[in-house]
Amino acid sequence: MNAYLGIDIGSISTKGVIIDENLKIIAHSYLWTEGNPIGAVKNVLRDLRGQISEDVSVVAVGTTGSARKLIGVVLGAQIVKNEITAHAVGTMTRVPDVRTILEIGGQDSKIILLQNGIVTDYAMNTICAAGTGSFLMSQAKRLGLEINELGELAMRSKNPTRIAARCTVFAESDLVHKAQIGHKKEDIVAGICNAVVNNYLNNVGKGKRIHAPAVFQGGVSKNVGVVRAFEEVLGHEVYVDEFGHLMGCLGVAVLAKRAVDAAGAGSEANFDFDVQDVSFVTRGKECDKCPNNCEIISIYREEELLDSWGNRCERGVSA
Amino acid sequence: MKNQRKERGRPIFNGDLCAQRMTKTMKHKISFPHMGKYHIVIGRLLEDLVGENGEVLTAPAITKRTIELGAKHSPEFVCIPFKYNLGNFIEALDNGANVLFHTSGDCRMGFYNEVQEQILRDLGYDFRLCILETNSRNRSLRDMYKMFKSLNPQLTWTRLISSLIFAVRIIFAMDKIEDYVRRNTGFAGDDSLEKIEKRFLTEVANARGMFHVGRIFRRYMKELRAVPLDKPKNPMKIGIVGELYVLMEPFSNYFIEKELAKFGIEVTRFINVSYLLFSPQHKIKHLIKQAEGYVTYEIGADGTDSVAKCVHFARNGYDGIIHLKPFGCTPEVNSIPICQRVSEDFGIPILYFSFDAQTSETGVKTRLEAFYDMISMKRDAGREMPEIPEIPMRG
Repeated sequence: MNAYLGIDIGSISTKGVIIDENLKIIAHSYLWTEGNPIGAVKNVLRDLRGQISEDVSVVAVGTTGSARKLIGVVLGAQIVKNEITAHAVGTMTRVPDVRTILEIGGQDSKIILLQNGIVTDYAMNTICAAGTGSFLMSQAKRLGLEINELGELAMRSKNPTRIAARCTVFAESDLVHKAQIGHKKEDIVAGICNAVVNNYLNNVGKGKRIHAPAVFQGGVSKNVGVVRAFEEVLGHEVYVDEFGHLMGCLGVAVLAKRAVDAAGAGSEANFDFDVQDVSFVTRGKECDKCPNNCEIISIYREEELLDSWGNRCERGVSA
Repeated sequence: MKNQRKERGRPIFNGDLCAQRMTKTMKHKISFPHMGKYHIVIGRLLEDLVGENGEVLTAPAITKRTIELGAKHSPEFVCIPFKYNLGNFIEALDNGANVLFHTSGDCRMGFYNEVQEQILRDLGYDFRLCILETNSRNRSLRDMYKMFKSLNPQLTWTRLISSLIFAVRIIFAMDKIEDYVRRNTGFAGDDSLEKIEKRFLTEVANARGMFHVGRIFRRYMKELRAVPLDKPKNPMKIGIVGELYVLMEPFSNYFIEKELAKFGIEVTRFINVSYLLFSPQHKIKHLIKQAEGYVTYEIGADGTDSVAKCVHFARNGYDGIIHLKPFGCTPEVNSIPICQRVSEDFGIPILYFSFDAQTSETGVKTRLEAFYDMISMKRDAGREMPEIPEIPMRG
């Protein structure tokens, strides 16, 4: 049976799915990246391999996420796509009539507007990473909670604390202050959830019309407190898919399938899971040929140079 | 004499008060900040005007070091062109420059020169700052003559006028060539158009006179047109609007036009020096008319231009618009909500970028790639399903 592999390597987590010919998910995995994308991908591959039967053969690979280029080279991917397109395609395979995709990830957040299955507009946080998953994570730590406890706790709150939503630095000082004057923990957590939503709508969603059906995804969508806050502000139901965290890799797996289909029969490659036992090394070097000091990254597979990037002119040296 | 001038309210930076501080025997070493390729013509103009009394030291091309130097010594929240300018000045002064030229502007840019002069003096540099007024309200040939006369006592009116006309001729030729390259380089398959443009610039910088510029221009235009293009009948088209510096200095916008060309997109940009200084299209009356229904009063600086051009691109069937601005650019921030309305009314997507010293290059590329995917999917959908009537966007 032919299958397609999609991997989404984000700043915080690495996700992978294998889909069959009918775009059905037959294996999926979700692990922390922990600053080591190649290692994380190897672990994801190991996990995925354990979930599929022997007769499944992966014929195409796609990568997305912030490490898409690096992992694309490592895995010899047929398609390397940006997160926005991948998420739109992935979500449409699950919810074909979706109009708005709200997405809050570890380091970035984005909004994608669609009409008749076509992306008509999108925005992504540019300068500021306020109100993303990493903010929630650091605040959970400060309150001595696990990140996955936040949502349940927020749901118990009857009177959410008001927390400044404009900027996480302000939000954090607000938070410290309110905790010290005796606000209850669940109220503070609910306040953080509201702040995340308000920040998102003000920064990323500004000026955009949010139509139903809206799908909320990204790691933060696992937080029921944030989902509730979204529904309260938008005034309509916000759909959270059980595979919401896998939309990026699902999308790129679909795109990999399309790429193979478009290229016609015979273009299928045979993906070898043994890649997880091969050693990949990256080496960085600052080119010193001019004051631009391009940071050149070269990637080696068993000492053989696969690719390098970061160079801006013809003078660059390989690392 | 000099005190009298001050009393008459002339800014001291414009006069030659600063020249007093410099020893008279010192030869003028003139420099100026970069913006795109215009250093070629500005350098040539200054060379012509100063003659034997000085030499032009073009600042080193903008690199990461330039922006690091500039950002280090600038107020943190100033807009990014300030930081580039200051970096250029520091690198030029370190190379031995002692006369710096700068322009004025309609927004914060109007105060750049005063603040930058103070910063540079505080850093211990000794130099003279001269302002080339670009604002048509304050532009005065007489002031310009006086300024250059103080640098070059042999200067005559004839020399000034002929050098200016010559420079303007070069600017027009450069802008026309650049415009052709920008529209078509995505279809040439390689960088042959850019290579021709590069040769054109070196040659035109050494032109012997007006007519020579014309001959060079025509020869290179012919050469450019002779390059075979693989251009579809109805190519994907994107218009670029926004703040002038980040539009015209490719380093500051991460070579966005080149990136777009790689996707096989025809890129249109109105703003260049000849347009800003001389085009009747840039007159505020015309802009407000072009942006009818969206703007009644002037936004300030180039904000009105951005809205008017968004309307123009939307009306002329462009696939998308990219709006560039330095982080915190007030006129452009004001224009964004209006551009957003144009986008909704015409159903044309607009991608916004804010640039500052630390913007990640990968982030820019990701957004551009997604923008390209979006407009190409939109096109494909339009082609595959012609039987579905299009929903009228305006009643």
